[in-house]
Amino acid sequence: MSSSKPRPSFVNVGERTNVTGSARFRKLITDGDYAEAVTVARQQVENGAQIIDVNMDEGLLDSVEAMTRFMRLIAGEPDVARVPVMVDSSKWEVIEAGLQNTQGKAIVNSISLKEGEDQFREQAGKCLAYGAAVVVMAFDETGQADTAARKYEICERAYRILVEEIGFPPEDIIFDPNIFAVATGIEEHNNYAVDFIEATRRIRENLPGCHVSGGLSNISFSFRGNEIVRRAMHSVFLYHAIKAGMDMGIVNAGQLDIYDDIEPTLRELVEDVVLNRRDDATDRLLEAAGQYRGQAGGPARERDLKWREAPVADRIRHALVHGINEFIVDDTEEARQAFDRPLHVIEGPLMDGMNVVGDLFGDGRMFLPQVVKSARVMKQAVAHLIPYMEAEKALTGDQGKSNGKIVMATVKGDVHDIGKNIVGVVLQCNGYDVIDLGVMVPCEKILETARREGADIIGLSGLITPSLDEMVFVASEMERQKVEIPLLVGGATTSPAHTAVKIDPSISIAPVIHVLDASRAVGVVSRLLSDQRDSYAAEVKADLAKIRERRLAARSAKARLPLERAREKGWDCDWSAHVPPTPKHPGVSTIEPGLAELVDYIDWTPFFFTWELKGSYPAIFEDPRRGEAAKSLFADAQAMLTRIVEERLLEPRAVVGFWPANRDGDDAVLYTDDSRDTELARLFGLRQQAAKDNDRPHLSQYDFLAPAGHADWIGGFAVTAGDNPKLLARFEADKDDYNAILFKALSDRLAEAAAEWLHEKVRREDWGYAPDETFSSRELIAEAYDGIRPAPGYPSQPDHSEKRTLFRLLDASDKAGIGLTNSFAMTPASSVSGLYLSHPDSHYFAVGRILRDQVEDYARRKGWTLAEAERCLAPILDYVPGAADAA
Amino acid sequence: MNRSDRIEALEQTARERILVLDGAMGTQIQDLKLDEAGYRGERFAEWGVSIKGNNDVLNLSAPDAVRAIHRAYFEAGSDIVETNTFSSTSIAQADYEMQALAPEIAREGARLAREAADAHSAEAGRVCGVAGAIGPTNKTLSISPDVNDPGHRDVDFETVRATYFEQAEAMAPYVDWFLIETVFDTLNAKAAIKALLDLRISSGETIPIMISGTITDRSGRTLSGQTAEAFWYSVRHARPWAIGLNCALGADEMRPYIGEISRVADTRVIAYPNAGLPNDMGEYDEAPVETAGHLGEWARSGLVNIVGGCCGTTPAHIRAIAAAVDGLAPRQPGAPARVTRLSGLEPFELAV
Repeated sequence: MSSSKPRPSFVNVGERTNVTGSARFRKLITDGDYAEAVTVARQQVENGAQIIDVNMDEGLLDSVEAMTRFMRLIAGEPDVARVPVMVDSSKWEVIEAGLQNTQGKAIVNSISLKEGEDQFREQAGKCLAYGAAVVVMAFDETGQADTAARKYEICERAYRILVEEIGFPPEDIIFDPNIFAVATGIEEHNNYAVDFIEATRRIRENLPGCHVSGGLSNISFSFRGNEIVRRAMHSVFLYHAIKAGMDMGIVNAGQLDIYDDIEPTLRELVEDVVLNRRDDATDRLLEAAGQYRGQAGGPARERDLKWREAPVADRIRHALVHGINEFIVDDTEEARQAFDRPLHVIEGPLMDGMNVVGDLFGDGRMFLPQVVKSARVMKQAVAHLIPYMEAEKALTGDQGKSNGKIVMATVKGDVHDIGKNIVGVVLQCNGYDVIDLGVMVPCEKILETARREGADIIGLSGLITPSLDEMVFVASEMERQKVEIPLLVGGATTSPAHTAVKIDPSISIAPVIHVLDASRAVGVVSRLLSDQRDSYAAEVKADLAKIRERRLAARSAKARLPLERAREKGWDCDWSAHVPPTPKHPGVSTIEPGLAELVDYIDWTPFFFTWELKGSYPAIFEDPRRGEAAKSLFADAQAMLTRIVEERLLEPRAVVGFWPANRDGDDAVLYTDDSRDTELARLFGLRQQAAKDNDRPHLSQYDFLAPAGHADWIGGFAVTAGDNPKLLARFEADKDDYNAILFKALSDRLAEAAAEWLHEKVRREDWGYAPDETFSSRELIAEAYDGIRPAPGYPSQPDHSEKRTLFRLLDASDKAGIGLTNSFAMTPASSVSGLYLSHPDSHYFAVGRILRDQVEDYARRKGWTLAEAERCLAPILDYVPGAADAA
Repeated sequence: MNRSDRIEALEQTARERILVLDGAMGTQIQDLKLDEAGYRGERFAEWGVSIKGNNDVLNLSAPDAVRAIHRAYFEAGSDIVETNTFSSTSIAQADYEMQALAPEIAREGARLAREAADAHSAEAGRVCGVAGAIGPTNKTLSISPDVNDPGHRDVDFETVRATYFEQAEAMAPYVDWFLIETVFDTLNAKAAIKALLDLRISSGETIPIMISGTITDRSGRTLSGQTAEAFWYSVRHARPWAIGLNCALGADEMRPYIGEISRVADTRVIAYPNAGLPNDMGEYDEAPVETAGHLGEWARSGLVNIVGGCCGTTPAHIRAIAAAVDGLAPRQPGAPARVTRLSGLEPFELAV
């Protein structure tokens, strides 16, 4: 029977119980104030949320535990529990914790094809078994979709798999085709809203039964702080997206305006932006945004030049705050003539103006595009003053004594640097010498530069979550390498809590200061470099200790097994049924891989990642946005590669060895010969302690090695692509950064290719357990073969110091010219080392966080003090070293 | 005749008439007036703690008595009997320190019912089914046992799932269905469903599932707070062979909620109420003719596909119920409109 149903209404999914979306909720959860957190949930249901989104993805939280606890608490609150829950996490284990604690039928947010079809099928199957609907993100192996065509194509593929292959009910599928910010000042973002709307239309027309949802607040991210404009953007966007078929959204239920109630001028401006109707739409909306700041409906700001009549200092400030560069050179010149020294112009009106910008940005009352414009004004002003300052120096013999030297970098793995650049500009303008190392800077380079330059302070920036761990690493490396200068950390992902709990304990020899925004940087730096340095540092340390105590009090027992229990649950197999292969060429031998042969083994996808072109090779060439850039880069790379091969610009070298070995507990014992009487060396392993379901084993990588009584073997290798400092020096002298980076990136790829090539040769010849193996390079990259080559310092054995043993065994320095730095980085940089394990069931895994009992045991086995072990294993400690028995 | 033959035959019968389940097991056992020694039998004569009241242990200590009760129900007209395994989980048996015996108790319970069914089937020449009863355990996943700590739980999902998996695996060789019953906390039921779905994967065998919730009082909610409709949405992913209600209420009080289930369920509806509400002495005294009268009306109203009795009902009740529904057409489950169904404590629908 067909009844004509009314068009389904739009479903509000409440976003206030999301630690990534609500600062207040995040604070309540990290402080352990769950009672108040439940109140937040209740209020949003009262405000009309029909479903509540619960997200506990915060770097410092045990998200599984937080999700479990919160879900259990709201289960007892009928006013909250009456509505369905959207269990929101990027981690499957957190989603599973949510599903295991809700009696209703929930929505999982989200699953995607990001990690490939197998994982997608598996997670979708579990959603079926738990009885949950799913949000499917338009995300696949090559990345998050941004064009309408890619969004639709991924959703269609997901739909076919779900509905046709595993019988997922179509009505339980909700697609999220990714709402991205528009009006960011970056031109390629301008069509994002249109892409979403168009993809939504196609999904609803062609994939019957499903829904379309999205996280609404993203769209207006550039205008955070300006509620009027944001609300208008949300309403206008929804108006069009709902017409196209969007029927669910993560929104602040209390804050949605009616489309028709939006002031017509604003609505028009917003609509231009959302629908990408004019090239200047963003500028026009930015221009108008000021008048909507604060309360609604204020009088329109007069578009006049009255401010030009003010004194020069005020004009400069105005120009900075409003990002107007039209008059800045004239104003700066006027100020220069009015002040005694050019430096006073910087210290006076320019800094005043930048401080205002910093405050406004810090309070969320200015937006990124505006701040970048302000910085541009600032740089132009400073550029005008520099020749005068140089002349003054020449005249007075003033050597331009700098107030201090600061090395700044966006940490490895992160490409966001706007905040850092602003801090850099502000500090430079205060007479500090800033050495900006740019983005994706490895720890070693930061520390090396700091040492070389005699820096007074190091500043680290990061925007994405993994950068937090990198900052901890830099701090722990500063400690280890005795870099005794203050460390500043800043950027969107940093927080006082993370600084207190993770970074500060990693470094005892210098203060760590979390800098909230650029406006505070000068104050912090000047105090750190003044006479009060010591008292200020002590004060900072004390504050962080206080935060740490508070957090420890809020923390409760975690699901990790004591080492003994984890050991009982180690991986094992029927060793009597497995005959370990004996190497054809035992002992250590050197090999010189031919450059031409390695070219076929290059994995190009990471090469493109290096250049921020995300997408897998060769599909990236078809990418509508990045395709052209990727092709051109690839052509340059091929040309360079041809030169490298023909002119022998690199000399790859490798050393490989095999030793009789047996597992001993978590470790591997290597013997001098097959009689296995004399111990040659011992490689130490770390065991997983995080509790698991389904009886999966708690792995140590040496579990894959047979115990005593079986004739098993272990292999090791080190391989380098070599380097060419002369060539690089020439590139640098020519200011040819492009070719310098290209050459380095290709060297890295060739080192990885050499490792892949060598592993294959080992399997087929030197160890020889797979003489007939024939895999394509794609299959090699996908690790289809038997056996693994785990590298010390990587997830299955995160202790980099194990490299020392490996290098000694291989005599890698003499035999292949590969050395180790203090931090166990290999030189030349384009080198790879690792162990070989042959068991067909061996696989890569991550040790994850470990408890103190294992660290103590490990320290004892390695003959270290506990402190040494804790330093080396800092990134994986599940406790705060030195804290009194934090359970 | 194997399981799939029996299921197929009873599915055919269910298209033609209303199937009859059995009545209470506990009430019949009470009538045996067993003392401690009676529960212990020879095997548990030396058991360290009292086991009087552990009805499921009788599968081991007094198997003939259990088999006799099943036979009485088949003779009264039951098409399907439930195994005496309501509490045969390691969690529930821990009360008697018999957690290690739980799989054996479950397996024997299933075997006894199978023997009774096969014996009656041979005598009477009709198909007799066995539903493996899976009770709620005595722990709740959604409700804190500690009033001062609403976030506390005595058990977690994985523990409950594992205990159910163990029970189901033990019963699997003998039962035709699994019946997750007396669901007062839907999350426990979801753990049971997960266990049964996991068992399907590990054993490669698909044993159909029936699910029966319990509305505890006239508020129309389960103990964990869900409405009947929300409960159905929460367990619908099991794609159950039948969904319904049992226990806590007599037929009179259960009527509106079984009506609600019947309206929304796109599968068979099962209902087995208590023999009225307990009197001052905690006894059920609704006469067979009364219970049967209510269920006959449900059948005439097209609400049900399978009927039986819970606490306080006896073979006499079942005989009366079988007579009351005899010749009446079973409910025709509709194919509901394609709608997204979610739930908290309350149902949520979104048209597509």
